[in-house]
Amino acid sequence: MWQRILALILKELAGLWKDPKTRFVILVPPVVQVLLFAYAATYDVTNVPLGVWNEDPGIQASELVRRFAGSPAFHVSAVHAPDQVQAALDSKTVAAVLRIPQRFSADLLAGRDTSVQFIADARRSNTALMVQSYAASIVAGFAQDRHPGTPAPMMLMTRDWFNPTLESSWFILPGLVAVLSMLMSMLISALSLARERELGTFEQLLVTPLRPAEVLVGKAVPGMIVGMIDANLIIVVALLWFRLPFRGNALLLETVLLLYTLAGVGIGLALSAIARTQQQAMLGVFVFASPMVVLSGYAAPVENMPPLVEWIGRADPIRYMMVLARALFLQDPPLLLVWQQSWPLAVIALVTLTVAAVAARRAVG
Amino acid sequence: MMASLQRLRGLVRKEIAQILRDPSAILIAFLLPVVLLVVNGFGISFDAYHMRIAAVIEAQDEGVFGMLDALGASPYLDVRPAASMAAAQQALAMGEVRGILVVREDFPQRLRHPASWPATAALWVNATDPNTARILEGYVTGALTVWLQGQGRELGRLPGGGLSLEQRDWFNPELRSADFIVPGVIAMVMTMTGTLLTSLIVAREWERGTMESMLASPATMAELILAKLGCYFVLGMLSMLGSVLLAITAFGVPFRGSAGALFVASALFLVFALAFGLFISTVARNQFVASQVAFIATMMPAMMLSGMLFDIAAMPRWLQIVTFAVPARYLVSILQTLFLAGDVWAVILPNLAALAAAAALAMAATLLVTRRRLD
Repeated sequence: MWQRILALILKELAGLWKDPKTRFVILVPPVVQVLLFAYAATYDVTNVPLGVWNEDPGIQASELVRRFAGSPAFHVSAVHAPDQVQAALDSKTVAAVLRIPQRFSADLLAGRDTSVQFIADARRSNTALMVQSYAASIVAGFAQDRHPGTPAPMMLMTRDWFNPTLESSWFILPGLVAVLSMLMSMLISALSLARERELGTFEQLLVTPLRPAEVLVGKAVPGMIVGMIDANLIIVVALLWFRLPFRGNALLLETVLLLYTLAGVGIGLALSAIARTQQQAMLGVFVFASPMVVLSGYAAPVENMPPLVEWIGRADPIRYMMVLARALFLQDPPLLLVWQQSWPLAVIALVTLTVAAVAARRAVG
Repeated sequence: MMASLQRLRGLVRKEIAQILRDPSAILIAFLLPVVLLVVNGFGISFDAYHMRIAAVIEAQDEGVFGMLDALGASPYLDVRPAASMAAAQQALAMGEVRGILVVREDFPQRLRHPASWPATAALWVNATDPNTARILEGYVTGALTVWLQGQGRELGRLPGGGLSLEQRDWFNPELRSADFIVPGVIAMVMTMTGTLLTSLIVAREWERGTMESMLASPATMAELILAKLGCYFVLGMLSMLGSVLLAITAFGVPFRGSAGALFVASALFLVFALAFGLFISTVARNQFVASQVAFIATMMPAMMLSGMLFDIAAMPRWLQIVTFAVPARYLVSILQTLFLAGDVWAVILPNLAALAAAAALAMAATLLVTRRRLD
């Protein structure tokens, strides 16, 4: 029996490898994508265009402006009237405007409370949030330095664990390992079974001595191999090109990835076993893939989701791999965490492969 | 190649019949956008509430408890006392809390005596996700500052002339991430729907040979492409309309622009996406490869390189240039402006021009490869 399955696996792999277009699709896009996306995914704020509307001719005001101009976060230009502020924000010429009122210097010198305004373009709310916190820290520093003799009553010392320099790429790269390898193993397995059924070659396979379950194994293993190849290609790029640290156990990562690609292949096979045509299988992949990526916490934290959406996301294998990949790369996680996040992958694989087997048998019978 | 109206009408009737007979096109146009919009709209949120932090308090003191209460009063933070430092660190490693606040034994005393200022507390943050880490640090600092000011006023020790930053957020005053994510998601949905409609369906026609037999009929190639694009265009526009209505009703995103500008932008983008799908299916020659290419070329680039999630202005210069080749970026920019700001022509017109160029380019490329394929 194992010989038969092995023969089928080899046939499948040869089929994938023989076609230059498929070979290209398996090898090139994951590498190109990881190079593009890891650079694209930046939460760093540098050279944000900032309009300064300074109504105060005093020294204090120009000192504050100098601080903003000196910060790498901002690129300062002057605006002079309310309608200029409006126009500059509307047209995205500036991302934010700092307004210093006329009485600013006078108020400060007289020891009265005063304030400056910071108006951000919240069409891009995430940037707005970041930019505001930079502005707040510049203003706080300015206020502090006016009283060099009196230290602040309290200081909060922050230490960033696992990613001390707050590299955006350290966050996104483990995510890309999970997302891109899943998409590929799902795609390959969904399409291959659906194609055989549309072309009628699936029935031919079934009249051979192979049993349906064996055919399924023969279809699953090549999809897993493709997923593993892609995952490791991306890992190599991440480690060598982006210098992503690896602090966990490599063997553990590979084991978990194996389970993960099995879950991905399971979803792909289940979709294609239920679908009647390649088109329907593909539609299934499209409908499932993007929600799976989003619900995994790849871009925005799972905790921020509404409870119902978060709960639905528990069926998403990428979600578990996301936690595992980030933990294994950046922190050498406790084994309990690895166990907590791995067993759901096994359950997903088991359920989807069972669905695939039942649906495939029904389709033939 | 004179287009005959009569032939065109016949072709359109055939396409409509085909669309109605095969559920795939209807599913792509209506099921896909609804699922994607609902899940992505609710799923991508940068609005963090109740971020969990563990508090390791070595000082049992009224003042410190007051500080913890002040932190706990923030809607963004959920402060939980930890039994020990080891327990807190374990919780951080397990991802159960996002940060640890450490208050040492000497803290209250140093806070009470100006001579020993500043009293220091430590915040350790799980910075695996740097964005959330920064937001958390901002919230903790903010809550502490408010608490300190209250304390200072009480003790009368805060130096006069306080300086504060008044923050205002235009276009989206509450910084609701749905308001800025949903317009981006619509662009992503349209990229996928438009490309998928033509790439999958036409690839099947090539694979089965029905495309060749159509071309052998008296209909010219331009007529065929026109009839196909026309029908899918109507379908795509309906799907766009549905997405916009869903954004306004289900997500409560305001729409401040004009319907005319929205129509023109959607139409140009759809022509691009449909022609691009046609291009893929013609070059790929079979469904297997066409679907792989359509999948890889649309979903992730539209998500990562369009400015929907990540600000293009913050990307490295060379990558900013690459994003010019991702037409979704123009649609994202137009939609975010139309939804949240209104008809700001300084933003809309250049992006419309870029969309028109992308549409023209995709059409020209499609005509070219279709002709070549027949030779």
